[in-house]
Amino acid sequence: MSLVTIGSKPNKGGVAATEGSTVTVPVTKDASQQRQKRMIANHFDRLSTAKEDGKKVAYTFVPGNLTELMGAFEMLPVLPEINALQSGMRGKSGAYISEAERGGHSEDVCSYVKCDIGMLRTGNVGPTGKTLPKPDLLLLSYTGCFTFMKWFELLKAEYDCPVVMLHVPYQADGQITPEMRQYVVDQLKSDVIPQMEQITGRKLDLDKLSEQLGRSRRAEDALVKVWESAQNKPSPIDGYFGGVYYIGPIFSAFRGSEDAVAYYEELLAEVDERIKTGEGPMTPAGVMNNQKYRLVVEGPPSWTHFNEFWNMFSNEGAIAVASTYTRVGGLYDQGFRHDPQDPLGTLADYCLGCYTNRSLPSRIDLLEKYIKSYSADGFLINSVKSCNSFSAGQLMILRELEKRTGVPGAFVESDLVDPRYFGKANIENRLQSYLQMLEARRLGNIASSGSSPAVIGSAP
Amino acid sequence: MRVCVGVDLGSTTTKAILIDEGGQIVGKGITNSRSNYEVASAVARDEAVTSARFNLLARKLEALRGEGSGDIHALDEKLRSAFRLELYVDELAALRQRVTEVVAASGPRGSAQVKDALVGIFDRMEHDAPAMFLGGDARKSDFFRDIAGAAFMHAAEKLAGERAMRFEDLTWPFDRAILDVETELRELDFAATLGRAARRIAGGMPEVAKKRLFDIVDSVGTEPIDEIAFSGTGYGRQTLPFPKAAVRSEILCHGRGAHRYFPGTRTVLDIGGQDTKAIQVDDKGVVTTFQMNDRCAAGCGRYLGYIADELNLGLHELGPLAMKSCKSVRINSTCTVFAGAELRERLSLGEEREDILAGLHKAIMLRAMSLLARSGGVKSELTFTGGVCKNEMATKVLRELVDENYGNEITLNVHPDSIFMGALGAALYALDDLKAGKASLLVVKRPDKKALKSFAQPDDSCASCG
Repeated sequence: MSLVTIGSKPNKGGVAATEGSTVTVPVTKDASQQRQKRMIANHFDRLSTAKEDGKKVAYTFVPGNLTELMGAFEMLPVLPEINALQSGMRGKSGAYISEAERGGHSEDVCSYVKCDIGMLRTGNVGPTGKTLPKPDLLLLSYTGCFTFMKWFELLKAEYDCPVVMLHVPYQADGQITPEMRQYVVDQLKSDVIPQMEQITGRKLDLDKLSEQLGRSRRAEDALVKVWESAQNKPSPIDGYFGGVYYIGPIFSAFRGSEDAVAYYEELLAEVDERIKTGEGPMTPAGVMNNQKYRLVVEGPPSWTHFNEFWNMFSNEGAIAVASTYTRVGGLYDQGFRHDPQDPLGTLADYCLGCYTNRSLPSRIDLLEKYIKSYSADGFLINSVKSCNSFSAGQLMILRELEKRTGVPGAFVESDLVDPRYFGKANIENRLQSYLQMLEARRLGNIASSGSSPAVIGSAP
Repeated sequence: MRVCVGVDLGSTTTKAILIDEGGQIVGKGITNSRSNYEVASAVARDEAVTSARFNLLARKLEALRGEGSGDIHALDEKLRSAFRLELYVDELAALRQRVTEVVAASGPRGSAQVKDALVGIFDRMEHDAPAMFLGGDARKSDFFRDIAGAAFMHAAEKLAGERAMRFEDLTWPFDRAILDVETELRELDFAATLGRAARRIAGGMPEVAKKRLFDIVDSVGTEPIDEIAFSGTGYGRQTLPFPKAAVRSEILCHGRGAHRYFPGTRTVLDIGGQDTKAIQVDDKGVVTTFQMNDRCAAGCGRYLGYIADELNLGLHELGPLAMKSCKSVRINSTCTVFAGAELRERLSLGEEREDILAGLHKAIMLRAMSLLARSGGVKSELTFTGGVCKNEMATKVLRELVDENYGNEITLNVHPDSIFMGALGAALYALDDLKAGKASLLVVKRPDKKALKSFAQPDDSCASCG
């Protein structure tokens, strides 16, 4: 999620890969961003020598990830979704997807899955160029995405290693009941922890888990302040495109680590500094101080055209003040924090509270809250072909939000990492039309120049 | 006269509208978008200025009524046709010149026999031109490419027969030259051209009436038309030769234009060559929400174009033929190419062409209905715009589907000039800019002649492509 530097140009590669954006690379990089880059490089280094170092490796997903628990067992996580989006950003996903399709996967299968399958079939080389280790465990926390199950069925066939599934009940009624919570805790005790103990050959050290959770909490506190900074005008952050860089450490391998605490505290200090100086965030086109439109964004970005997509916003003076995608790995700004005093209960709450595990009505409530509390001029839905979890019901969300807030919504369609589904002209057309519509509505009273039906003389 | 200009550069045609400072439409022009957008914009604008002058002329001709000039309306029509003829003759001369150059540079293919035959073809086209324009027959197209193309092919076919030559040996120079000629921007001297047209038709008129006509023609030709504000819209706006500040989304412009024609409009369905848009507007014509087709052109004008090609029919023939159908064949394909395959299969199964066409029209409109539903449904009044609304079958099916889904209380508007909606909306936005002190002007750069020449270098790789 964070390996590609803001403003960098993705490599070309693969049959269907498209060229990335051609914007200039900014001369300054935030210190926090450089720190994140080092953290990630170190993590992939550790992964590449995991077998020699006797470390166990678990593949797992972002929503509902049990990073602190893995940390307590000193297991190293690999996140296939993040590998896929990294491949998308580096222009490699098109070739990986073709590889998977040659293997029989339909065009309609989630492109994250196909990208991951294609990557492993072609050597499983990670984003830093180092080979990823095979998993010792496939840790499947199921939080609303049915595809996750099928994905790990495929990986099981490839790797022949144990799969442990944590079934997280869907928040159909928009709330977490004590029974739901207990159900998840019971599975942790009966399935997940014993499996990890067996693989690592050590008992769970609850104190160590609590320490991890305490550090998670500190990082989460800082991240929430970063999100809320977007209530300032101008906003010192971009809460969608910039935001996906900010969630890198906390949604992946680093939650519960000292590294993560240091990263988020450094990031917060930088954001605070920008608030003081009234400066906007760094974008591929430079610092964005001209913020004409404040938008809330729903849905994941198109990773294959990330900078291009971002530029479409920056060029028109549109900034994202909040987004739901940046909450997929935890809704900390809605009050949740990991609790060191109740290690297993807090992990259950975390998994149950994932954005993808929420019902449509509660997603609408959340978006409504963002639109209002971040004083948004509009909201945009990027509906991705691959992801049913996100995309189902989005038109209903759009209509309902327009009704509740009076703020108009925009709807564009693309995909996660399949470059074939990014139609630049079409998306740009929609976005510009939408922003011009906001402008026209803002101007309000257009002088209605003659309201009688027009009469045109016939042409020669 | 001071005017605001709106230009809508579509994928198929380019439209221009002139409005005065009171927002009234004073002229409109349309041309094919060809391969050069700058020229297309300029030609559409010239056409709009021409139409504005003819509207002025029509009012002045009224003064001749009862002075022995005969039917004033007929005179007006005749003058318009004669003006078109003059333009055609000028452009034909340019085409003849270009064809001569192409043949001269083409080596052995341009044999003396071919050169001589081409002279014969152009002589024949020039000879036939007056009857074509002044004979009173309706033309299928007003675009030079279409008219000259048809006349050339007709003359070439006859001549090839007479001289026992191969038809293909005569047509390739046309294919090469037409592109250059239509992308070359010629200055239009309206006054001189109209003067020639007037002299051509004034033959039998009494001297007094003739003098009055020439005076009017002179005054109309020299009436200043000042363009004081400009706004552009259309497909692929990034590539348009317009300054960014003067470019508006076609969604905004179509909504505004449709509302200007029909102030009761709340929903607009626009089906153009490349895309379909469902637009909701407020009581001022400002867009409140919209949906567009994505990733696929099925259900757009191009879909009909493809089907017409498959059936070897003209685009304008599809609607009338489909109207003859007694039953509608269900077409399931949502893809343009697959629908072509389905069409051939149905034909082979013995279904009637008109019934299949009725089914294809329904398939398109069903997609439009889905888009309308996604945009928030149909509210009265619904205004149907874009090239496809000229198709009577498309309009009929839309009416039926709207009745079925939203009740028969919905007013459906279709304006004969609906193809100009986007340009009109753009012109209204230009007027807004003018009032706000932010007017932009359209600067037309002359195309680089050298570039055109190199583009037209002879290439013998494929005679049919040119």
